[in-house]
Amino acid sequence: MSALSRTDAAEPASYLNAGYGLKSWLLTLDHKRIAWLYFISITGFFFLGGAAATLIRLELLTPAGDLLSDNAYNQMFSLHGIVMVWFFLIPSIPTTMGNFLLPLMLGARDMAFPRLNLLSWYVFILGGLFTLTAVVAGGIDTGWTFYTPYSTMFSNGAVLAAATGVFIVGFSSILTGINFIVTTHKMRAPGLTWFRLPLFVWAQYATSVIMVLATPVLSVTLVLLGIERAFGIGIFDPALGGDPVLFEHLFWFYSHPAVYIMLLPAMGVVSECIACFAHKRIFGYKVMAFSILAIALFGFLVWGHHMFVSGQSIYAGVAFSLLSFLVSVPSALKIFNWIATLYKGQIRFDAPMLFALSFIGLFLIGGLTGIFVATLALDVQMHDTYFVVAHFHYVMVGGMVSAYMAGLHFWWPKITGRLYPEMWARVSAIIVFVGFNLTFFPQYILGWAGMPRRYHAYADEFQLLNVFSSAGAGLLAVGYLLPLLYLIWSLRYGARASANPWDARGLEWTVSSPPPVHNFARVPRVEHEAYAYDQPQ
Amino acid sequence: MIEAGDPWQLLMFPEAASSISSRVDHLFWAMVVTCGLVVLLVFVLLLVFSIRYRRGSRADRTPSARLNSNHWLEIGWSVPVLVGFLVFFAWGAVLYLDLYDPPAPADGNVREINVIAKQWMWKFQHPEGVREINDLHLAVGQTVRLRMTSQDVIHSFFVPAFRIKQDVLPRTYTELQFTPTKVGRFHLFCAEYCGLQHSGMTGEVVVMSPPALQGWLDRQGQTRTPEQDGARLFRSYGCSGCHAPDSSVHAPNLAGLYGKPVPLANGTTVRADAQYIRDSILLPSKQVAAGYPAIMPSFQGQISEADVLKLTAYIQSLTEQETDPP
Repeated sequence: MSALSRTDAAEPASYLNAGYGLKSWLLTLDHKRIAWLYFISITGFFFLGGAAATLIRLELLTPAGDLLSDNAYNQMFSLHGIVMVWFFLIPSIPTTMGNFLLPLMLGARDMAFPRLNLLSWYVFILGGLFTLTAVVAGGIDTGWTFYTPYSTMFSNGAVLAAATGVFIVGFSSILTGINFIVTTHKMRAPGLTWFRLPLFVWAQYATSVIMVLATPVLSVTLVLLGIERAFGIGIFDPALGGDPVLFEHLFWFYSHPAVYIMLLPAMGVVSECIACFAHKRIFGYKVMAFSILAIALFGFLVWGHHMFVSGQSIYAGVAFSLLSFLVSVPSALKIFNWIATLYKGQIRFDAPMLFALSFIGLFLIGGLTGIFVATLALDVQMHDTYFVVAHFHYVMVGGMVSAYMAGLHFWWPKITGRLYPEMWARVSAIIVFVGFNLTFFPQYILGWAGMPRRYHAYADEFQLLNVFSSAGAGLLAVGYLLPLLYLIWSLRYGARASANPWDARGLEWTVSSPPPVHNFARVPRVEHEAYAYDQPQ
Repeated sequence: MIEAGDPWQLLMFPEAASSISSRVDHLFWAMVVTCGLVVLLVFVLLLVFSIRYRRGSRADRTPSARLNSNHWLEIGWSVPVLVGFLVFFAWGAVLYLDLYDPPAPADGNVREINVIAKQWMWKFQHPEGVREINDLHLAVGQTVRLRMTSQDVIHSFFVPAFRIKQDVLPRTYTELQFTPTKVGRFHLFCAEYCGLQHSGMTGEVVVMSPPALQGWLDRQGQTRTPEQDGARLFRSYGCSGCHAPDSSVHAPNLAGLYGKPVPLANGTTVRADAQYIRDSILLPSKQVAAGYPAIMPSFQGQISEADVLKLTAYIQSLTEQETDPP
């Protein structure tokens, strides 16, 4: 980046050429540069998790466990889950686009706590190093769920190192969450009332609330796990007088809301893209804002739906099932509202829009299959099978990662000041959509037919669909590698982007691309609702 | 069944071989059709709007007052969604309660089988005393109740063709009742990740006609039933020293105890089920029966899960009249 800037004397002053050298990046307090630190780190984690997924899919080409040993396979799916959940999906949109855009969208010069912001990245990296240490020092084979007593008393892997990594990275989430909440409350520009905020900001705000409230429960749970494993003090292992189902309750009390930590920012990104490329105010703005809050709230009350066959009270199961259906209503509303936004719009199909439309389709299928597993009698069959695997990949990869790609392409000109090759981006969006469905749709059928998840070897009749799935994974890998190439290419060779290449609304598009160090020369005054596409910018 | 067949048939319409499985399938397909229609509706709308309102098209875009927000429309699509959800919720819940809190079968005849899961095998004991590993032989039409526990980590008993699954917890009993309705061999999977050879913790449920099962049981040779073994253990572990009716020690008489409410010293009442008996043997201070001194020693670490199950079977078999160990 900095090399590029120096060779180009015509480039206007921006946060990118405000300082050169490693120190100017590693000690920066600029939210835009911190976003870059996260971009680079989570991209690394994404491809690490993706490499593990590749090995998993290769192993599952044949029913026999032949490519990897059972131990290696168990380590691969554990690594894949831990890295993807905690080191990619949870930080993904908030720490990159959230960090970059929140102050810009609010008309602020930076976060409320710039030093805290930098600290949260260092904490994130520290947690990542612990987890990578676990990979090197013997690996971890507990799955990302760390179920006890397997994780505390039976596993031979480096459970403590991995759990410590996740424990540490939790603090990064909490710090980011606090920063976002305070920034949204205190740093809004004059005239920017709550109901003029872009939905992206609402989504970041609700996500931050979940991060601050739910993550401490995970931290406590991991400490208890560590105490039992290290000192043999009985908390979860019944042989020591503990209760393994207690761990499931505590774990899911965090990990279900964590799904919404991943999903809500995605919904925010998609709302921005749909409004921009339909050139129209988002339909039912207030309903959209309140449904974000409703999802965040209800998300805390449904953790027991992960435990319908765990031996918890069957009447608790009934209550959790009902609540899980209720949390789906606001999600359904959002889909209808996005569709309604297209009505009478001026729709363009640039790459961000293709990714956003992919999100709608895939999240719709992921959400609807979510109500299958919320249905008690069906979950009995589907729990811990590939149906669940397919369901949450539709939500987290089909949904969340598509939205991440949509946002990345949408704001790339703003972030870098460069345009990417549009044709390649559209190709990538289509490859991802096709590859994704080919990978994960067969897994619904496999799950319904009874193939359990986390199986290194499987019954012969499941092979056909596993071959489809592995072939799809190959395509998906191409779809994800392409953007890595052309986006990096665009940093040097991409055409210069104007301040507002998409004719979008929102304060971030009023500053130059890339933005100046302090974002706004003068504090902006907001006169319009969000998405005022009927007004000139 | 495990034999080869048309792969699509096997995958899309997996064998339905228990009394509950076709009821689960009806719910599944009702949801597939309903959700399929919703997906179709959304995709058609997406497609139609995308084409009609593509930038530069000459479609009518006259703004109206409700173009950006319309409460009646929001309510109009929320209510059907909510109603549909509630129907599926209730349907699924009723089936679930039938599965996990099942009514006694009409003939009152339930075959109780003890299951011990461990890394990485399933151990079964039939009421006749016959034991098997990983395979489980059952009679078609005969209701079965599994009493399951684990020696180490959490496992999960899963027979896809029966549409049943239940986690198997260490040091806790979970139960599962079902009725096979088809003769054949069906996959048994461990569904909860349990370590190195999780995917090898599989077996077959072999469902036979009742005479065939009887023949199979007979061929396994002479065995003692769990009750008979339990009676022997009741004496060898010294239980009878206090709990026999003629004992001089003030200890609860166990005859007719099973299934009855037991008042506890702390004022609460607990039902004397298998879990209670298990806890009383291994953790006697957890639930002390009212009116008795807490002098029972713990047998934690001295008695195997299999023996606890046998003792439980013996205590379960003691009726009010039958007070002497056979």
